[in-house]
Amino acid sequence: MSTSKDVAVAGVGMHPWGKWGKSFVTYGVHAARAALTDAGIPWQDVDLIVGGETVRNGYGGYVAGATFAQALGWNGARVATSYAACATGAQALDTARARILAGMCEVALVVGADTTPKGFLAPNAGERWDDPDWLRFRLLGMTNPAYFALYARRRMDLYGATQADFAQVKVKNAKHGLHNPNARYRKEVSVDDVLGSAVVSDPLHLLDICATSDGAAAVVLTSVDYARRHGLTDPVKVKAISTVTPTFPNTVMDMPNLSTDSSAVAGVPERTFKESIGHAAYEEAGIGPEDVDVAEVYDLSTALELDWIEDLALCKRGEAEALLRAGDTTIGGRIPVNPSGGLACFGEAVPAQALAQVCELTWQLRGQAEGRQVEGARVGITANQGLFGHGSSVLLAI
Amino acid sequence: MTATPAIEGWFTTGAAPALVGTRCATCTTVFFPKADGFCRNPACDGETFEEVELSRRGRIWSYTDAQYQPPPPYIPAADPYEPFALAAVELPEGLVVLGQVAKGYGVDDLKVGDEAELVVETLYTDETGERSIWRWKPVTEMGQEADQ
Repeated sequence: MSTSKDVAVAGVGMHPWGKWGKSFVTYGVHAARAALTDAGIPWQDVDLIVGGETVRNGYGGYVAGATFAQALGWNGARVATSYAACATGAQALDTARARILAGMCEVALVVGADTTPKGFLAPNAGERWDDPDWLRFRLLGMTNPAYFALYARRRMDLYGATQADFAQVKVKNAKHGLHNPNARYRKEVSVDDVLGSAVVSDPLHLLDICATSDGAAAVVLTSVDYARRHGLTDPVKVKAISTVTPTFPNTVMDMPNLSTDSSAVAGVPERTFKESIGHAAYEEAGIGPEDVDVAEVYDLSTALELDWIEDLALCKRGEAEALLRAGDTTIGGRIPVNPSGGLACFGEAVPAQALAQVCELTWQLRGQAEGRQVEGARVGITANQGLFGHGSSVLLAI
Repeated sequence: MTATPAIEGWFTTGAAPALVGTRCATCTTVFFPKADGFCRNPACDGETFEEVELSRRGRIWSYTDAQYQPPPPYIPAADPYEPFALAAVELPEGLVVLGQVAKGYGVDDLKVGDEAELVVETLYTDETGERSIWRWKPVTEMGQEADQ
């Protein structure tokens, strides 16, 4: 395992998730300052700032890196801004890592923040007949939860999953997030609560589907050398960041598409897109799924958490329900998943969410996840997927 | 009055309607919605395409429904809102295509792996009249309906 490709996570910070009615800049600066304090590094020492942007916040959101830099007080740092849907934070992190590894900067601050609308995420206004994200609503009424429901239904018809299994994911994550100060929902939920909530898109109930939230997360990355010089002993290290695109043909129906690629000529690829996201992270890190102690995965819906457990090769295809039922994915089990409480407890704040996963794993690997600690965790992996062939996985180790 | 397709050139509307895709003249990969310009198969540098009608029948890859009214630009067909089902259907051409499910059918009529057939129905009505869309209709074997 080469150490030359490691970068150090010097500090992490968040603004609690919720509906606070403030500008995303306020959340972002709060998280940034928390991460800098955690790192013990003054803002003036940061020589690169990377912002995760969002497409709904207007001008300021589109140029997030500079917006955060100005709000923190111009310090002359280089700037970059990333957009990669749900993988935005990881792509921003990868930009920072690349510059550090290239020797072009030593201290990078990565910030993602969002203020989200109420209800279904919907495309921007205006007619766009060449935009699949617009067409899926106009022609089919195909919302995000409808895509999540397609995946959930396949688990039921192919692997014998039940709606009670999906509900159990929510029950588990609600319990995990109870004492997480950054979680929006901190309340126990029962299987009956989930099954008694309204069906949004069969087989998924309202409580199977994550909300959208305001929130922010920030990560300070430094070179390993800088960390050593500044007395940061045994920091959590980034071992891999995977931001791979799909391999043609992409044969699994992906949001916001109306169809898949055809496999008739090119043949079915060895791995699905989501499998390839985790695989690339493992390959890059030289770490295997058997070494993973804890995972933070994108539970946009409860059933998607089960998909991710298999996509990350933490168990075989079709076996995630068995893991769940045995308590293996609960804190204290063999491979705890979403100890933070996951999106079930946070709600999605798109450009912040992939960074929030990294924050949580950093606290877990440092042994600082009070009230939700996975004992002895040394290796953690994140996973998410967003629109248009974006997805990411970050592998962290101590 | 004949309904106008809600989107131009994506499907035919005759007695046996079909989705219209394109086939790369070089590698023969089929695309729906239509690809043009450059072939998306990374191993192919094709730039010419011919239009093809896709198979009208396929196997259900998965399905769901929309119990709440989707946000704009979806245009509701009725007030109050009437929920509808959705299906992803795998065609013999090796691709999966989403569609609403034909009127009168819900998730209880569907199963992964079952056969579905393409039909064209009215999606909504606006000031220009009825606008139509392709939909997936479960194929029931002779006598199956009587059994249920």
